[in-house]
This record gives sequence, structure tokens and C-alpha cells, in this order.
Amino acid sequence: MNEPIVLDIRDLKSHFFTAKGEVPAVDGVSIQVPAGKIIGIVGESGCGKSMTAMSVMGLLRYPGRVVGGTIRLDGRDITHLKPKELAKVRGNEISMIFQEPMTSLNPVYPVGKQVQEAILLHQKVSKEEAKERVLQIFRAVGIPEPEKRYRCYPHQLSGGLRQRVMIGMAMVCRPKVMIADEPTTALDVTIEAQILQLMRRLCEEQGTSIILITHNMGVVAEVCDYVYVMYAGKVMEQAETFELFGETEHPYTQGLLRSIPKMDEKAHRLYTIEGVVPNLLHLPKGCNFCTRCEEATERCWREKPCLYQTREGHGVRCFKYESEVQLDGE
Amino acid sequence: MAEFEKKGYPDGAEPELMVSHEDQIGEADTWSDKVKTLVRQNKLAVFSAVVIVLILLAAVFAPLVAPYDHLEQSLTDRLAHPSMEHWLGQDELGRDVLSRIIFGARISLTIGLVPTLISMGIGTMLGMCAGFYGGKIDFVIMRLADIMLAFPSLLLAMVVMYTMGGGLINIFIALSLINWASTARVVRSQTLSLKEKEYVEAARSIGVKKRTIMFRHILPNCLPTLIVLFTLNIPSAILSEASLSFLGIGAQPPSASWGLMVSRGKKYLFSEPWLCIAPSVAIMIVVLAFNFLGDGLRDVLDPYLKEQ
Amino acid sequence: MDFPVLRHFYSQMTEGKGGFPVLKKILKRILIAIPVLFGVVLAIFIMLRIVPGDPVQTMLGEHMDMALIEKLRAEMGLDQPMIVQFFKYIGNAMRGDFGTSYRLNRDVAQIIAEAFPHTVKLSLLAAAVAWVIGLVAGVIAAIRQNRLLDRLFMGCALLGVSMPVFMTALVLQYVFAFKLNWFPVSGFDSVNSMVLPAIVLGWNSAGSIARMTRSNLVEIMQNDFIRTARAKGLRETGVIVGHALKNAMLPVVTMMALQISSMLSGAVLTESVFGVPGIGRLAVNAIETRDMPLLQGTVIFTTILIIIGNLVADLLYNVLDPRIREGA
Repeated sequence: MNEPIVLDIRDLKSHFFTAKGEVPAVDGVSIQVPAGKIIGIVGESGCGKSMTAMSVMGLLRYPGRVVGGTIRLDGRDITHLKPKELAKVRGNEISMIFQEPMTSLNPVYPVGKQVQEAILLHQKVSKEEAKERVLQIFRAVGIPEPEKRYRCYPHQLSGGLRQRVMIGMAMVCRPKVMIADEPTTALDVTIEAQILQLMRRLCEEQGTSIILITHNMGVVAEVCDYVYVMYAGKVMEQAETFELFGETEHPYTQGLLRSIPKMDEKAHRLYTIEGVVPNLLHLPKGCNFCTRCEEATERCWREKPCLYQTREGHGVRCFKYESEVQLDGE
Repeated sequence: MAEFEKKGYPDGAEPELMVSHEDQIGEADTWSDKVKTLVRQNKLAVFSAVVIVLILLAAVFAPLVAPYDHLEQSLTDRLAHPSMEHWLGQDELGRDVLSRIIFGARISLTIGLVPTLISMGIGTMLGMCAGFYGGKIDFVIMRLADIMLAFPSLLLAMVVMYTMGGGLINIFIALSLINWASTARVVRSQTLSLKEKEYVEAARSIGVKKRTIMFRHILPNCLPTLIVLFTLNIPSAILSEASLSFLGIGAQPPSASWGLMVSRGKKYLFSEPWLCIAPSVAIMIVVLAFNFLGDGLRDVLDPYLKEQ
Repeated sequence: MDFPVLRHFYSQMTEGKGGFPVLKKILKRILIAIPVLFGVVLAIFIMLRIVPGDPVQTMLGEHMDMALIEKLRAEMGLDQPMIVQFFKYIGNAMRGDFGTSYRLNRDVAQIIAEAFPHTVKLSLLAAAVAWVIGLVAGVIAAIRQNRLLDRLFMGCALLGVSMPVFMTALVLQYVFAFKLNWFPVSGFDSVNSMVLPAIVLGWNSAGSIARMTRSNLVEIMQNDFIRTARAKGLRETGVIVGHALKNAMLPVVTMMALQISSMLSGAVLTESVFGVPGIGRLAVNAIETRDMPLLQGTVIFTTILIIIGNLVADLLYNVLDPRIREGA
């Protein structure tokens, strides 16, 4: 990976402050996003992947808050920006699309207006010009009959079209980074493939980096260049996609991959990772995964492992791969 | 393609951003838990409850609490200004205003509690029947409710008072008869959603009698909502009585009704303003206390009950 | 209350090919309003006639000649069965004839026509006060949710809801009319004299509008599209005013209808304190003088207004919400 890093997240910590205690939903996550690449963040729900994205966007609401770490966009620290300045960054230099295209668009405004608003917010252009740009981006994201769709209300569009509108809205200001939080989970499989293809294409054409958050290993394999696997607020393994699938090292990632049903094998029973995700309020003293790990040793229950580098660009948070090069320290 | 989303969550996936939402509010299951939540979260509601209890005690023990008899006249002391002996002064017949306010609390609280209870009882029954039986019964009951809700409540009460004449007893009857419609609507919609619940379907499928289902399964589940509605309906009943009495078509002299006191004191507004301000403030305090308590209860018991 | 004829008419209008979902809805609402309207008139009619004692006797006093009473009864149609009276009344009312006032010996419709503009003026002014104060306070409270300003505004709103209308009226009268002498104590002829009544009546509604607006906004703010608006780069105020408010206003429109009703109740009290010669005072006077036709006319007239108001609000809601308007 020789491209310059556009988005550099270092040791990000975001906590929920609840009546029962502080919940470390994101606990020291470091992610580097190179220009024009698609980065995947995978994990079960509740692992902190969406929280990471919301922290980057500055969208965390009470009772959640970023408590540590830095987020740099093109070298500029955006972690502690004032709301006014953050608003200039959001939707302009870094944008986000969400899981539910159904509810993510305002039901009482035509979709074209909603995309147009994003342009008018960040660029000094006339309304007509902005509308022209909207039609342009509608064409780019593959919305048929853009003039007609411009005036449509969200409920008049299909799920796939709505997600295209969302992507158009996110891309219309040509951001450096777009975060896509489970963009295809609510869609049909055929539509899913189209949307992923579209994102891949936009990424290449416009040079926008994409952070793709998903729980679906298949999606990761299809479009991502580099993958971070998260578990209980921490990155467990990170590697280039090809390497991650080829040289899976962390027991958790191995478990994830083994639980994918395979077409060519006649398994009698689908593999599952035993146990449940630990309550973030009562995390184990040692490795977060030790309660479910088949290979856990006594040390795993006692100490927290660091992220160890096993190969160039491949990090694993497991004592099995303890090495000289630590990517982060505890 | 692998779906491991729900694994490890026996009760379904927990949305990420909601991780701790429940923790924050606290899963209040039992009634005592809910009371604890209320005490912890809403000091104002608790304070209001204390105020209500104090006023209730003052009303019950009015002869002991009040410094004078509320009907005792003293024509030589007509319109006397507030003094050490008479904290809130004396009215146009020389009666002690403070004592009258304390005795008036009896009227206001009774009007607030009893007719509200009766009208809500009627509303609950009708609403439950409408929701449970549906069809023609539902149509007729809901159209009746529409008719009741179409009247401005004060005008309707005025019509009833015209027919039956003034007096507290008639206010009682008027308020009992006219306020059931909004309760019926709420209970009906709750019944409709409860009817679809598995345990009700199960009870029906094993042939439990309809009446038993209504009283065993549906009514108890409506209870939190009903308690909130009750608390919020009390102040509006109190206000209705005060308004009717203020207009001279409610309580009749020499009753110590607060609304009537304001009405009688109106004449002296510019010379002895306390005569109407004092009972007005009494009404406001009671109404405010019930509203605060009701708001607090709603937040704890039934957060989905909307502002009406 | 089921009208097969109407039902037939309704199905003729709406079923069949194509179909207009909104038109269908509007028609349905109107058709439901008709029996309600009918029921309301009937209810008032019956309620006013089960009054103990004979209205003519009360009107003329105890010691009148029996023959004269009988003659008057026949003149007023009171000797006929109630159902006949009712349909006669409906028939007359449709032609704008609400009978004759016992006391004033004038056409009820005419009396109402004189008083009504005052009430309308008062209510419109009060509504303006209420909506401006209520909306602004509600929006600000929602923006500053759970902060000091929110608590303060919501406290004031609850105070507004809890203060008896006559209390606000008397206090303002004392302070601004008597002590400061800014406005006249009573009357409703000059602009100056309308200020206090409008504020009194509006203040009461402002409280509930503010509470409604706030709670709706807070609820809307939980929606996903609010997150989208934030992600787009809108600042918090822009999010609320630009994206949440329009959604929150939809239920508030329905509130408007309920407000008409409570505002008319308040108008009775306000008019009585400030001596505004409107509908409310008319009703109070009618009760005091036991003037049945006048009371009947005013109550039926205002109630019909409210039903129509409800209907309009309902239709407005359908027109405003694109999900319904464009056919979801």
C-alpha cells in the first residue's frame, strides 16, 4: 500500500456513559485509509464498528462520546473541531451512508431537493447549477429518468434506488472518504451486487476512499482492498483482503470464516463460534475473545494481548503470534 | 455468504448504538422499581406528590387546620386587609379567606377525584368493548365518543348545568358524564394492540371467556396508561369546576368553592385583589402539582402516551 | 348509526377502476362527520328538553294565565312530540333559522351573527399569539433539550396550561389595565382593548402547543433521516428547522383542531372577564336568563364549527403529508 493515507485514525476511544457505568464501545482502534481504496470493517453487531464510524463523523450523541485518540483527515486533526467547523467537513470532505435507505431519507421532501441541499451547503453555486449537478450525479449512480426521480418522494422509490440516492448524496461533493455503514444489508441480494459494483466504480473514477462496514464476509471478499476485523471494541486482525482470507491467523477470524456455509461441502452442521459476545460492561480481564476462544490459554485470561505484526501489513491481536513488532501497546 | 449477525444474541441482535440505552433508563419491571426510577429521575414530580398529599391532609382535617370557621361571618370586618390574625384577609362578608381556601380544597379535590374516576371507568369499559368486539359495537361507541369530543367541554358542561341547575352535585354528574370519550379512545387503541398479543391469542384459542380475557389480560395491561391519564385528568376536572363556578353556573353561595370565591372577589379586584388572587393561586398550585406528577408518571409508566 | 344509502353512495363514488385514495379518504371523513353532526345536534336538543319544568312557565313566571301559556306553547311548537320538533328544528336550521330568543325576542341566528365576529377576531388574535409563542418556545426547548432553557420553557408551558384562564385574565387586568393603565379594563372595540383578551386566551394554548411541539420534535430527532441530515453537514439548528420541523408539524396540524375546541372554551371565560360581546358571553347570558333557544343556537353553532374545523385539519394533514398525498 503505497498510496498516501487520507484518513488516519489513531487509538480511538469512544465510550458510552450510562447509569450502570462507562461502556468502552470503541477501545483503542487504529485504522488507516489510503487514497482511493476500499477498507472493510467486519464484526458482529455490537462490536463497535458503527460506533467507530459515528465517532469519525462526529455524529456520536449523548450518552456516547469520544474520549481519546486522534482522527486526521489529510493530515488535519478533526477530532476536536467545533460544531461549526465539523459541519463544514461532514458531507463535504467525508460523508456517510447508512443501512436503512428506507428511513434515512426525509419522507416529506423530494429526494432531489435533499441531494441538492448537500451541494448548497458546501459550495457556492446557484440553485439551478446545483440541480444540474444533482441530475448529473443521479445519472452517475445509475438512477434512470433522473429528471422524474428528482421530484419523487422517498416512499415512491424502491430500496435500491433509495440507496443510490443516498450514495449520490454522499458523493455529490466529491468527498475524500465515504463511510458506508452496512449499505446493502437491507437490500435484496441482486440489488446488493449492483450497489457494491457502483461503489467500487465510483471509488475508482473519483478517487474517493471508502470505509465499508459490514458483517458479511462475502461482501468483504468482493470489494475490499484491506480489512479490519473488530471484536468487542478492538481490532482483532487486520490485513489485505487476499492475505486475510489466505493466511487467516486470529482464532476469531478463523471462526468467522469457518461459519460461512460452503456450497461445495456437505457439512452436516453449520460451524458456530460457541458462547456469546461479552457484555461490554463486564469485559474479561484478559483478551476480549478469551471467553469464546478454543485455543485460549491461562495467559489469555490474565493479560490483554497487543496487536502484533506477523507480516508486512498484517496485524493480529493474539499471543499466538507474539513478536517483536507491536502495532499498538497496552 | 455468511450471516453471523445474530449469533450470540439469543434475544435477537442488539443495535449497536443502542447498546446501553436500556442500561441508562434502567429496566423498570416491577412497580416499586418504577417508583424508584421516578424518585431518582424527577424530583419535581416527587415534590408535587408531597404537595398533593399535604393539600389532601389539609382538606380532610380542614376543621382542625383552618384557623376559623369558613362560614362564620363578621360584617364589621368586611373586606379587611391581610393581617396577623387573618393571613389572607376577609371577604365581603367578613369571612376568613384562608379558612375558606382550606375548606375549598375539599370541594376541588373531590371534584378532581370522584367524577374523574367515574368518567374514566365509563371510558375504560366502553373503550375496551369497542376495541375487543369491534364491528358495529366499535362503530357506535366511537361515533358517540366523536360526538362527545366535538363539544367544547366547557360548553357541554354549561348545557348540562342549564338542564339540571347549579350546585356541586350537578357539577359532579356533569363532569362524570362528559369526560369519558378521550379515555375510551386511548383504551380502545391499547386494546386493539393487546388483542394481537400472543398470550391473548393463546387464551382465546383455549376457549377462555371473552369477559375473563378482558379483565384478566387486557385491563391490567392498560393500567399504567390509565394511572397516567387519571393523574392528568384530575387537574382538568378541577379547572372545569372552577370555571363553571366562576361563571356563576356551578357551585352556589355560600359554598367555599375556589372558582366561586374568585367570581365573588372579582368585584373587588382593584381595591382588594387578594380576594380573587388567593383562591386562583390555590387552584393553580393544585393543578400544577397534578400536572407535574402526571408528567413524571407518564415518563416512567407510559412514555409512548402522547401529549393530548 | 349506519346509513346504507350513504354507504351505497360512497361505494359508487370511490370503488371501481382507478380509484382516488385521497379522495376516498376525504369522502370517508366527510361521511363519518355527518352522523356525528347529526348526533351532536340531537344530543343538545334532548339535553335541553329534559329540563325539569316548563320553559314557557319559567319564561313568563309562576303566575301566568294557563290559557296564555298554552297559546305560547303552541306558537313555539312545544306541544308537539320531541321527534317532530327535532326535525322541524333541523329543517329550519338548514335554512339559517335557529328560532327566536325568549328574552330578547329576536332571531337567534341574527344575535349569533352579531356576536360571532367578535369571537372570531378574539380567537384568531389569540391563535396568533399562541402559535408564535408556542412554536418558538417548543423549538428552542427541543434544541436545548434537557438544558436549563428547556426546563425553564417547559416549566412556563406547564404553568400556562395549569393557570385557570380567568386567573390570567384577572392578573393581567389588574397589572396592565389598572396599575399601569396601558390598556382598557374591558370592552372589545379598539385595537388596544383587544390586546389583553388575546394574550389571555393565547397564553393558555401556547403552553400546550409548546409542549406538543417539543415532544414531537424530540421524537422526530430519533429518526434515521436526522442522522443523514447531520452527516450531510447541516448544523444542529439547520437540522431541526430544516428537517425535523416539517415532520413534527404534521401532528401539530391535528392539534390545531383540538385547539379550536379548547380555545372556544377559553373564549367563554375570557369574554366574560373582559366583557367581549361574543358567542361565549351569549351562552353564559342565555343560561343566566334561561333562554333555551339562544343557548341551543349558540352551542349547536359552535359545535358545528368545531366539527368542520376538525374535518379541515384532518384533510390538511392528508394534503401536507406526501406519503398520503402521493399514495404510499
